[in-house]
Amino acid sequence: MLIDFLNALALIGNFVLVPGIAYGSQLALGALGVTMVYAVLRFSNFAHGETMSFGAMVTILVTWVLQARGIGLGPLPTALLALPIGMLATISLCVATDRLVYRYYREKKAVPVTYLIVSVGVLFFLSGLIRFIIGPKDQVFADGQRFIMKARAFKEMTGLDQGLAIKTSQGVTVISAIVIVALLFWFLNRTRTGKSMRAYSDNEDLALLSGINPERVVLITWIITGALAAIAGTLYGLDKGYKPFTYLGLVLPIFASAIVGGVGNPLGAIAGGFVIAFSELLVTFAYKRVVGYLTPGDWVPDGLVQLLSTDYKLAVSFFILVIVLLIKPTGIFSGKTL
Amino acid sequence: MSRSANNALLFAAMAVLLMLVGAMQSWNVALAILNMCLISAIMTLGVNIQWGYAGLFNAGVMGFTALGGLAAIVVSVAPVPAAWDAGGARAILGLLAGLATIAGGIWLWKKLPVPRTARIWLTVLLAVSGYGLMRLILDPAVDAIEAVEPAMTGFLGGFGLPIMFSWIVGGIFAAIVAWAIGKVALGLRSDYLAIATLGISEIIIYFLKNEDWLTRGVKNVNGLPRPVPYEIDLQEALWLHDLAAWVGIPVVEASSLIVKLNYAALFLVVLIAIFWLSERALKSPWGRMMRAIRDNEIAAGAMGKNVTGRHLQVFVLGSAVIGLAGAMLATLDGQFTPASYQPLRFTFLVWVMVIVGGSGNNLGSILGGFVIWFFWIEAEPIGLALMNFVTSGMALDSPLRLHLLENAAHTRLMTMGLVLLLVLRFSPRGLIPEVKR
Repeated sequence: MLIDFLNALALIGNFVLVPGIAYGSQLALGALGVTMVYAVLRFSNFAHGETMSFGAMVTILVTWVLQARGIGLGPLPTALLALPIGMLATISLCVATDRLVYRYYREKKAVPVTYLIVSVGVLFFLSGLIRFIIGPKDQVFADGQRFIMKARAFKEMTGLDQGLAIKTSQGVTVISAIVIVALLFWFLNRTRTGKSMRAYSDNEDLALLSGINPERVVLITWIITGALAAIAGTLYGLDKGYKPFTYLGLVLPIFASAIVGGVGNPLGAIAGGFVIAFSELLVTFAYKRVVGYLTPGDWVPDGLVQLLSTDYKLAVSFFILVIVLLIKPTGIFSGKTL
Repeated sequence: MSRSANNALLFAAMAVLLMLVGAMQSWNVALAILNMCLISAIMTLGVNIQWGYAGLFNAGVMGFTALGGLAAIVVSVAPVPAAWDAGGARAILGLLAGLATIAGGIWLWKKLPVPRTARIWLTVLLAVSGYGLMRLILDPAVDAIEAVEPAMTGFLGGFGLPIMFSWIVGGIFAAIVAWAIGKVALGLRSDYLAIATLGISEIIIYFLKNEDWLTRGVKNVNGLPRPVPYEIDLQEALWLHDLAAWVGIPVVEASSLIVKLNYAALFLVVLIAIFWLSERALKSPWGRMMRAIRDNEIAAGAMGKNVTGRHLQVFVLGSAVIGLAGAMLATLDGQFTPASYQPLRFTFLVWVMVIVGGSGNNLGSILGGFVIWFFWIEAEPIGLALMNFVTSGMALDSPLRLHLLENAAHTRLMTMGLVLLLVLRFSPRGLIPEVKR
């Protein structure tokens, strides 16, 4: 009896809990970028997915150079070593886009929807640039040890029938996400610059009167956004493989995470990321074997006992988004300020 | 120069461009581009109704286009009697159960006299049980239908009606979905509509890719019936042989040119009709009210205009036009391939067309559809020629040269982004600006 229960737990852990934590961290990092731009610049940045893709692309290119020279991190993926350069490149890209494109509309005090259309232009340009540089195909760049814990090792350790595997990329994702989020919150809550950003996001006019330099706030926002985008893009690529066109599809779950949590609220972005990730996995998971373990005897249901086919993963984030829009449009943590 | 002379000049320039392609590449290519330009122009008219008249950002153009494609299947494909026998009635029953669940859920949500929390839980309970019931009825039917000769059919087929009907049905499909989205997302902040429509368009594509019993999914539906004659039949007609000899081109080419011209004539009629209707609407008191709402929602609301209601109306109308264009697109392709719908091509490119052409101006939108589609197609040969020129100094097997040539096609995405950004910056009102009345 207890063994069956533990087996069911291991099954859910392997197919829902572990992938969910990793995917949730990736979404949370992406949503943090979107939410930062929203809180300070007050528009929905449709180009964020491509920004993530750009960061991952630069990281991949640097990884290849490192791999060719035989430089690596042992069991950890080489991409971690290349990531700082990817971050720098993405930060430069964000700052350059702001100087060349967005600043003009800020000075003109354009309405949010104008920014949105401008970000579509940036989205086009970046997606072309990325495909031009690295091509539209899949790229493999993960190396090092593949698993932290293999399914068989877990079985031998616990004596259960069901294995629980943890990929290195998943471990790396979660640990980096924790570090990044801790750093970000320390920055926003403890440093003078972070406080000035929150003040600016809260009330622009009041912040200006207090002598906060808006251009500096915007610059720092883009620096943080670029760094977050590069990290999120690379981690997602490490975990699921890099393919340029998937990043446009990521925009929807990322926006859903940001809105569900309360757009403009960093804490909300993180909560939203996990809500979306776990709902996607829980709704599309086939509970067939879990039910088999939890019911007495050898009975196993005929069907997959799946609420929704895995093809509809994306629909889940959309439906949660719609429900939140209907019931509490401000999100779980009422948003709009940083 | 007067405004109309300026417009005439712009359209004449466009015609010259198409003729250049005809003379330099081939008339077949030129006509193929023209046909797609006409369809793109109808799509941009639809988006312009939403954006130009009312300032609504619809990021789900792709979804409405694909719904038009679905209409083409449902209307025109011959029914599959074996599939209907296997599970047709049961599938319809399942769908009815789904619809009843939605209707019941809305009724519970709106009308039930209980506290809010209880209402939420009751609605959730109803939704979950209704969904379970629908799956219970629908799933066996779907399996039965998909088992009927999966390599040939494996779906219900359609009604076997002339495909031109699907243009109207496509509009109706899109209108229904637009109404549902509008009910949820309009009235909230403007970005929410953009994100909601972006989401629903992806879901529509996933639905069309996966519900094989309805659309054959990624197995595609090929050989949709045509509203115009087939090349093979034309080639047997004597008058075509005479005509081809008189013009001095091979018979095969003449037949394909005539087919394309037939399509162009049909599309042109639809385009002119929609353009005329849109212009009438824009000049009417209704159009004036829409502009008033667009320019100042609060003031218009204070004057007693129902802002959300008008937004819903204009959103449904614009989406219907996009759905119609989607059905026309499937008709022109003669096939329905759900995997071919990409947001960059079907949503954001249409947006580039509207902005570049001139938002708020129907003529401008049409011109934008023509110009952007032309360069979207021609950017590939131009980009390749440019890359050949740039790399002409390099060694023939230089990896950089090969890379540049291989990826030259992607420059068109960059070009479109650049064009959009430049127009927004230096000429935000577009090629043919909105007329101030």
